[in-house]
Amino acid sequence: MKFQPTKEGYYGQFGGAFIPELLYPNVKELEDNYLKILESDEFQKEYKDLLQHYVGRPSPLYLAKRLSEKYGATIYLKREDLNHTGAHKVNNTIGQILVAKHLGKTKIIAETGAGQHGVATATVCALMNLECTVFMGEVDIKRQAPNVARMKMLGAKVVAATSGSKTLKDATNEAIRYWIQNPETYYLIGSVVGPHPYPDMVARLQAVISEEMKAQLKEQTGNENPDTIIACVGGGSNAAGAFYHYLENEKVELIAVEAAGLGVNSGESAATSQLGEVGVIHGSKTILMQDEYGQIVEPYSLSAGLDYPGVGPLHAYLFETKRAKFMNATDKEALDAAFELTKIEGIIPALETAHALAVLPKMDLKKDQVVVINLSGRGDKDLETYINHLEK
Amino acid sequence: MNSIQELFQKKDKNLLSIYFTCGYPKLEDTTKVISELEKSGVDFIEVGLPYSDPLADGPTIQDSSQKALENGINLDVIFEQLLALKETNKTPLILMGYLNQMLKFGEEKFCQKVVDCGIDTLILPDLPMIEYENHYKQLFEKYGLTNVFLITPHTSEERIRKIDSYSKAFIYVVASASITGAKGEISNNQVAYFERIRAMNLQSKLIVGFGISDKSTFNTACKYANGTIIGSAFIKYLGKNGVDKIDGFIKPIIC
Repeated sequence: MKFQPTKEGYYGQFGGAFIPELLYPNVKELEDNYLKILESDEFQKEYKDLLQHYVGRPSPLYLAKRLSEKYGATIYLKREDLNHTGAHKVNNTIGQILVAKHLGKTKIIAETGAGQHGVATATVCALMNLECTVFMGEVDIKRQAPNVARMKMLGAKVVAATSGSKTLKDATNEAIRYWIQNPETYYLIGSVVGPHPYPDMVARLQAVISEEMKAQLKEQTGNENPDTIIACVGGGSNAAGAFYHYLENEKVELIAVEAAGLGVNSGESAATSQLGEVGVIHGSKTILMQDEYGQIVEPYSLSAGLDYPGVGPLHAYLFETKRAKFMNATDKEALDAAFELTKIEGIIPALETAHALAVLPKMDLKKDQVVVINLSGRGDKDLETYINHLEK
Repeated sequence: MNSIQELFQKKDKNLLSIYFTCGYPKLEDTTKVISELEKSGVDFIEVGLPYSDPLADGPTIQDSSQKALENGINLDVIFEQLLALKETNKTPLILMGYLNQMLKFGEEKFCQKVVDCGIDTLILPDLPMIEYENHYKQLFEKYGLTNVFLITPHTSEERIRKIDSYSKAFIYVVASASITGAKGEISNNQVAYFERIRAMNLQSKLIVGFGISDKSTFNTACKYANGTIIGSAFIKYLGKNGVDKIDGFIKPIIC
């Protein structure tokens, strides 16, 4: 079990819980209880029931024939875009809201970049009748207006983060500060980031993706193992979910795709594994984009969900041990990939997901190579960006 | 014996410490702020290392850090500024920063620089106790450095006892479950918390911080602890009045 964290939440040198004393009791409470809760029959029953009847799982595993033809491989799309709320994020929020309820919490806070996690959190809070506050960077509020409207309609309070780059990193800082001042709240983290046990808990909740993938591949191809799995990585929750049950099977190639923005070396990028070094951000030790004095560098990507200067500690470890191959795609390559998938498969992907699709032309694919791309979300929220580029 | 322990031997009541952000309001103000604080009669000084993502700080200190970074401050400049003061400054300094700054600078190099500047006490609010026990305790001991731990109203007695056994300078008693920033007054709940800590008869000295802003909150906190640290209220004053009027903030509190 090389890729499972230690008791203290370490994946090799990465992970841990680097939090101010002010947050220690909250994190300790969660750490002491999360496994007991997740593994209880009561939780499993309720979680699976909601995933099936509320989220709409299992999500289809679709053989994309025209995409396969174009790239000369056997390409499947794991359709997380068909989940309720439009992305993989809801797998985690459904799970964590049940954890919060088990812990007796009544107020929920969350951070969001593209708004997908914010919407997924606001949704489950509406479902469970819990008060919801979502922190979102001021810049992201502007570029993801439909999701902001959705959150508000769902009854959530959206608080603008106005510090730093006014994006996901700053929304996370604001959420953590609010949590410090309101320790009775439950912080529903949206990715495999943050202090232990969040990275492990979120990975376990997203693992439903690879669990289904195994059964579906077995049914469709006779073999539960694909040759390659591709997923985009900002914090890395959809990738963690798509990789989870294959982590220990080194015959399955794992490809994590980061956002290169205007180019890895352009100074406007979010390709953390290429540009980052070991550091501490938002409560865990990981790989982090920073300057020579350890100040966190503001990342850039056209996609709000990938605009994050770190990656989850599991991904840092997958990168360090070379278990996963890290690739990247620029804004332009992602846009091209999004338009291509829309035209040839009739699926408008989220801009984040488009990064995963964008590495296909860069790969040396073989006809019988079974590739699964985790189609993490749908592109409705990115329509304005797409329209802007359609007109050009 | 470290510089704060020495200080406590001379004075162990009504100590006033001031937090300030290096390089704020102007890049070259670090030395001036320290010498003015010393002249005004401050007992020890918390030197803040500006950080881009300071989780435990409120908006006032975060803004000052942001401005200091825009002014061009960095660890090399800070260590130069502090070194320049080493011979003349007699007030103990403690350094407050975030772990990532030390990690990136190089842990050994960072510790050596701190020692070179005549500083022996650190506050790293995001350094977890388990990391301290497994790694940093040994590193700091090698350089003769002492780490200050924070406790809050939610810290368990068992944990406080452990922190007490690790503390050589003092325990930083966070006055409320909050980030830094003035609250205006000290509530009955806070007093109950201070009394609870005092009743534990810890071997460590206690310094209260977070939410202390003026003479009234200073006096109240000093009834239950050995002294206080004021940060945000001072930064606000400094931003408004500049480095030449520091006396005007300190005197009304200690006189």
